[in-house]
Amino acid sequence: MRIAGRGLVDRGASVGFRFDGREHVGFAGDTLASALLAGGTRLLGRSFKYHRPRGVMTAGSEEPNALVTVGQGAASIPNVRATMQEIFPGLDAKSQNRWPSLGFDAMQVNDLLSPFFSAGFYYKTFMWPRAFWERLYEPAIRRAAGLGALSGKHNEDAYEKAFAFCDLLVIGSGPAGLMAALTAARAGADVILAEEDARMGGRLLAETEEVGGKPGHAWASEVLAELGAMANVRLMTRTTVTGAYDGGTFGALERVGLHLANAPADLPRECFWRIVARRAILASGAHERQIAFPMNDRPGIMTAGAVRAYLNRWGVAAGRRVAIFGNNDDAHRTARDLVSAGVEVAALIDVRDDAPQPAGYRLIAGGQVTGTRGRLGLREITVATSSGEERIEVDCLAVSGGWNPALHLACHMNGRPAWDETIAAFVPKPGMVPGLTACGAAAGTMTTAAALAEGRRAAEAALSDLGVAAKAVDLPQAENGGTRIRAFWEVTEGKGRAWLDFANDVTTKDVRLAAQENYRSVEHMKRYTTQGMAPDQGKNSNIAALAVLADATGRGIPETGTTTFRPPYVPVSIAAMGAGGQGAGFAPQRYTTSHAASAERGAPMIEAGLWYRPSYFPRPGETTWREACDREVMAVRQSVGVCDVSTLGKIDIQGKDAARFLDLVYTNTFSSLPVGRVRYGLMLREDGLVLDDGTTARLGDDHYLTTTTTAAAGLVMRHLEFVHQAHCPDWDVRMISVTEHWAQFAIAGPKARDLLNSMLLAPLDDGAFPFMGCGEIEIRGVPARLFRISFSGEAGYEIAVPARFGEGLFRDLVARAESMGGAAYGMEALNVLRIEKGFITHAEIHGRTTAFDIGLQGMVSKKKDCIGKAASERPGLSGAQREQLVGLRPVQPAKGFGAGSHLFNKDAKAVSANDQGYVTSVCWSPTLKTHLGLAFLKDGRARHGETVRLVDHLRGTDILCEVVNPVFFDPEGGRARG
Amino acid sequence: MRITCPLCGERDRREFYYYGDAVYADRPAESAAPEAWDAYLHLRDNPAGETRDLWYHEMGCSAWIEVTRNTVTHAILSTRLVADRGEGGQKPRAKGKKA
Repeated sequence: MRIAGRGLVDRGASVGFRFDGREHVGFAGDTLASALLAGGTRLLGRSFKYHRPRGVMTAGSEEPNALVTVGQGAASIPNVRATMQEIFPGLDAKSQNRWPSLGFDAMQVNDLLSPFFSAGFYYKTFMWPRAFWERLYEPAIRRAAGLGALSGKHNEDAYEKAFAFCDLLVIGSGPAGLMAALTAARAGADVILAEEDARMGGRLLAETEEVGGKPGHAWASEVLAELGAMANVRLMTRTTVTGAYDGGTFGALERVGLHLANAPADLPRECFWRIVARRAILASGAHERQIAFPMNDRPGIMTAGAVRAYLNRWGVAAGRRVAIFGNNDDAHRTARDLVSAGVEVAALIDVRDDAPQPAGYRLIAGGQVTGTRGRLGLREITVATSSGEERIEVDCLAVSGGWNPALHLACHMNGRPAWDETIAAFVPKPGMVPGLTACGAAAGTMTTAAALAEGRRAAEAALSDLGVAAKAVDLPQAENGGTRIRAFWEVTEGKGRAWLDFANDVTTKDVRLAAQENYRSVEHMKRYTTQGMAPDQGKNSNIAALAVLADATGRGIPETGTTTFRPPYVPVSIAAMGAGGQGAGFAPQRYTTSHAASAERGAPMIEAGLWYRPSYFPRPGETTWREACDREVMAVRQSVGVCDVSTLGKIDIQGKDAARFLDLVYTNTFSSLPVGRVRYGLMLREDGLVLDDGTTARLGDDHYLTTTTTAAAGLVMRHLEFVHQAHCPDWDVRMISVTEHWAQFAIAGPKARDLLNSMLLAPLDDGAFPFMGCGEIEIRGVPARLFRISFSGEAGYEIAVPARFGEGLFRDLVARAESMGGAAYGMEALNVLRIEKGFITHAEIHGRTTAFDIGLQGMVSKKKDCIGKAASERPGLSGAQREQLVGLRPVQPAKGFGAGSHLFNKDAKAVSANDQGYVTSVCWSPTLKTHLGLAFLKDGRARHGETVRLVDHLRGTDILCEVVNPVFFDPEGGRARG
Repeated sequence: MRITCPLCGERDRREFYYYGDAVYADRPAESAAPEAWDAYLHLRDNPAGETRDLWYHEMGCSAWIEVTRNTVTHAILSTRLVADRGEGGQKPRAKGKKA
């Protein structure tokens, strides 16, 4: 029911929306909860376990009951708090956890069965038979329990994440937060003021009190106008700070487009912020708590502060005839506001015998609410006093059990709060989060005047820490009346369950049962009963549950302690935290300069690290990848092939000590390499195992170019920098990655030189470019580097040009190759070519192999130290017991096998005890017309010629293979030199 | 978590690659006893409290940094360049002070 003349909504702007398919109308400025309450809708949802009818309980993000699903299809969002969702034209919200309808829910039978659903029900009940758990019990329970459901469809909506930096982050925009922000802003500090509500002002919007001689909300508007005009202030509404992390970093969730009708498709729905603040002020206010009395969960039973907020901010009376139940003076404020607005107050039931005498409403001092009635909404309460029992007809009961500081963020770094007897609540201790100070109600300071003063004081202290001079800021006049409270948690008279955690359907009985079953630690009780889990996170129910547990275990509340507060403070959608990381955004994509040209030829791409490389280049008529691959291999062996090898890491190393440095990081020697020559090098980890391999060219006396494998480029760069900075920082050597600066192509095959010559002004001179030679040339007017190296075993070159010329050169090279009977070749053919030659990749140097294992022990120089040398000489890293690189040829050439197969002696049983080794790489060799494999075999080099059994239990392979030299093709290497 | 790179100033930890205990920067001589190599390669303390470890400013200036921090409070106590560790090297730079 709307009350004329009250509230801050825009009565000139009607907004139509739908709830459960029915049309409703509210005003701009309404939340879904305030608009529905204004229309008399009290029933908004069903509870988690018992499917109890539930209505709005609070007016903020701590709402446990009024959770709805907003939107339709893939764009729908479950478990949205109706108290936070602003209405907009076309808003479509639905209640949850009910079937077939909110008014009649078939699962409410659970409520009748509630005696069976006590704490630990699942653990005790579904024990037997064991097999039923996964097949029957769990699926059934999952269907019955729960709140809203995800659509199961792919979410196409935009989300964003962002970073922000400031001197001072102020969390919350009530009196304390506004005063803190104003003080810091006027002093010139960079300030971010974050407020989770759509409108700033905090509790000032919900109360009738005056600040500085004007209504609180008017004072707030003036301060905000001043702050908004300052360049050093950023005001962030709809932004909930969700977590406090190390180093002054805070997580925050901004609702960007969730309140807009017809939001543009590219406008993010939410943005997840990481805010780095040199200092922070927590002015997050306080949460009012319920009192656990019998049947305290009916729609119409709300916190007293929420009833006041709906009246003063939204102009809505939560009921026609209201009773108030409380243990403190603040409850009386609700009665006074209701009376002054003309709403009937049936009675204020105060548990204290010495409650303040009211004016204008009936007080029942020393009374308690012992029961309620009303199936789908509150109809009547039962009140007990020393003189007897009384039934009072009401449709709304406003409850105030006191206020808990919203101290969650202050506890996120494992700090434990302190118990404050005067307000019967936990308060933050200083320094729990370095650089963060709580003030106002969040620190347990419950009057407006004191909150304003604390906000200013906290900001001044922060300014002093930051070395910024504060300017004088006057404190406005404000209310400074103390509020008295008598700690009171639970009504023990009366019949029926008394709820603590409404969201999880946890009652006082559950907590007592947990204590009785020896779950006496608060952390154990929480997990046994689900108290304070999931949506609640302890906001509404934690302290009352602690009090009940303390009572049940005969301890005080401070000794019982709180559970651990963890981020996030409110639920954060995974979509917001992972914004930008969906689909193609999951990882960066690195493309070579030839990517478009390869894609035009229909080449499927495979990922190599972050790179995308062509797998093969299909031609018309080819139906399998193998046909294309075999053709490409033969093109290289018989004429010429072209392959983009730009993805190999390229590290430019320069300096007077560059040669000395390479001698340290490589097992072999590079100081002896002449300028204009290339050498293959092997790099070890410090533990003696192989790190990487590749070629290094000497471009000048003090200038080398090292190549790494594609996957290890980053690793090797890191390693080289470490060796330099940690072991020889005074050496004159510098290195930089030039991988993306050069496009590099392999030209391989008997006609490789002819192809190159067709593009050069003068034919290549074998004297200047012998095998393993390198130098600068000019190709079609472009300066290039030419390396005569081969990963295919054929005569070949690699030519590198500045990346901007890569695509043009690739197209030209491929066209010329094709006119000569050659082809572009992809990763599949590249792999076959190197297996035929026994060249290793990271399939072989996989982190467990030594130089000895791959037969390159001769490359570890005896004449000098190198990284990994000492450890590589450890016993056990060489010798006959090691698995050594061998080649495998199946006895029947057409029998293929897979990498990962294991090797056994010919007549041995294929069990792990008899394991002799494993296969690392396989291919069909079109050159040799047989399947081939590279493998590691115990004492393998001494076993060439032996027949072994190859077994792959996964693929069902069991064949015999001959152990051979891993260099299957052209073992003398004449072709590459030729 | 924020780490002060001695060259770049305070940065988000996502810019850094974590390696492990700073012991790894103290490489034994080639001729050192096997026990020294074993300790260097394998033996690590796991303190509740102050520890020194190696971070690489991979998304920044490529500096290897020795970070002294507290594993209990997560406080970063000081940072310095690994290259500055040697004799005559600079003193650890206090957190928060930009180079």
